[in-house]
Amino acid sequence: MAAESTDATTDSAFGHISRRKDVAFRLLALAATLVGIVSLALLLTNVAVDAVGWLDWGFLTSPPHPFPDQAGFLPAIVGSLAIMLLIALITFPLGVGAAVYLEEYASDGPLTTFIQLNIANLAGVPSIVYGLLGLGLFVGMLDIGYGSVIAAAFTVGLLILPIVIISAQEAIRAVPDSQRQASYGMGATKWQTIRNVVLPRAMPGIMTGTILALGRAIGETAPLIMIAAPTTVFGVPTGLLSKVSAMPLQIYNWASYPQQAFQYGVVAAGVVTLLVILLTINSIAIVIRNRFERST
Amino acid sequence: MMSRDSPAAGPAGVGRRELLAAAGVSVSGALAGCSGILAAEGNQINVAGSSTVFPVTEAIASAYTEENPTTNIALSKTGTGGGFGNFFCAGRTDINNASRGIAEAEEEQCGNNDVTPIEFPVATDALTVVVNPDADFVDCLTVEQLRQIWRADGADRWSDIDDSFPDAELELYGAATTSGTFDYFKEEIVGEETNHRGDYYATEQDRTIVQGVQGSESAMGYFGFAYYSENPDSVKAVAVDNGDGCVEPSLETAQRGEYTPLTRDLYIYVAKESLADPTVRDFVRYYMEQTTSDLIAEIGYVPLNEEKQAENIDKLESNIDEVTA
Repeated sequence: MAAESTDATTDSAFGHISRRKDVAFRLLALAATLVGIVSLALLLTNVAVDAVGWLDWGFLTSPPHPFPDQAGFLPAIVGSLAIMLLIALITFPLGVGAAVYLEEYASDGPLTTFIQLNIANLAGVPSIVYGLLGLGLFVGMLDIGYGSVIAAAFTVGLLILPIVIISAQEAIRAVPDSQRQASYGMGATKWQTIRNVVLPRAMPGIMTGTILALGRAIGETAPLIMIAAPTTVFGVPTGLLSKVSAMPLQIYNWASYPQQAFQYGVVAAGVVTLLVILLTINSIAIVIRNRFERST
Repeated sequence: MMSRDSPAAGPAGVGRRELLAAAGVSVSGALAGCSGILAAEGNQINVAGSSTVFPVTEAIASAYTEENPTTNIALSKTGTGGGFGNFFCAGRTDINNASRGIAEAEEEQCGNNDVTPIEFPVATDALTVVVNPDADFVDCLTVEQLRQIWRADGADRWSDIDDSFPDAELELYGAATTSGTFDYFKEEIVGEETNHRGDYYATEQDRTIVQGVQGSESAMGYFGFAYYSENPDSVKAVAVDNGDGCVEPSLETAQRGEYTPLTRDLYIYVAKESLADPTVRDFVRYYMEQTTSDLIAEIGYVPLNEEKQAENIDKLESNIDEVTA
């Protein structure tokens, strides 16, 4: 009886059952999906077509040049990779360390809530603000050189640190508590539990978060401009204090060159290279992650 | 199932320990390498300054790097004034690109930081005033007319400067105040006593000026000749009358000194103290050799003649002797 009456009320609340609305909504949702995919596909094709004839071996191995046929991307590629490597080395231990502390050690007091809230807010701070922070802190106070590899890595590293922490926390939270209890029940200490149970189970999730964050870092331009990274660099960085340019910076610079060939051909070649390198890094990281997943 | 859920046991655990050990070794190795690298920062040359001179230095730095791959030249586009004030005179760069001579205040700032600027002219530019290609009514403007347009409280409409011009509002695109092009234009056209007008679209990106002027029939802008020579169909250059008739901007008129008053020298300023560094020394020597080459003309500027080049080289060598002695 009760079931029947609820059925009746839901029926009247939703109105008549209409196949047409069902189909229409389905098409609407499909259209929403397609807008993103189609525009991305158009953009990629457009850029790829423009890049034809410009993206060659010489482009990848030469320094920049004011003439489009001689322009090269090598210093920016190496610069981006160097910054990326350093960012990974900085953010991974810091991010995982913070996440382990917050999830495994910190008590649920107001202080933890406060820290938690701040990290969540920091993840949403615009990148230009991190650029200002980097300029004031690393270039100004610590004086590690404007536009240097290390200043760039720390600035962009700080930018993605909250994202790394939050995703690592989520991965650690997803490890079932019963497994921790089982470990304690076997007589393991907290450190042994974290090392042998929590981290191995959480590692694929932590890796995914870090990879996504690094993907964001490689495209960052604003913080690099703020720490006065040079417009163009001609050699590859030889040390942490070397001045460094990055791929998005160089592309942005090329877009302002007088020749049409730069605005279309060379810029497009740069964009394609940036995308290919980004996807390569991501897929390498995914392979590593999957291996981790299998071994645990 | 069991072994999957107890990761510490069995061969998987050993594998992870080995992996951790390997990672530890590689990280400490990388750190050791870094500390060695940190010490050796010798092959770095830092350049900032004018966006007008930028392509000249870029071309020469590119060629130099191909021959000396271990040298790392960093080049920033900051505008002449921005380069002097924030980088060169603060001791952060070795070389400053400049599209005008150094100002007294800047020399003072350099002096306070123990930076001794040495001036080297590297090319000659014909600063070019451009309008929309469809603006048939204007081919030539006198210096006085340009002054009326660009001074503070200047003309608002084309018809204000000449009755034959249409009654259309002027749309002005020019160099930003950090730019040497702005300083030079202000001094030569607007004059010392009057201010350059502030209600124009100011940018350090010449590309924006081309786009702006291209987009409106009543627009006007100015920038270095190189930018015009790459976009002759997008914008139209205006001849300038300095009392001796209209003269078109071109490499020839600039070289012959006919295109006045907008023919100007482009410079690089080298910090004398930086010449103590053999890398900087070598690069500046190479730079001076290139200033008579066709490369400069290809970019859109007038190369130096050999006499001026010899003067530069003498100046450079005597300064090198002083710092190395």
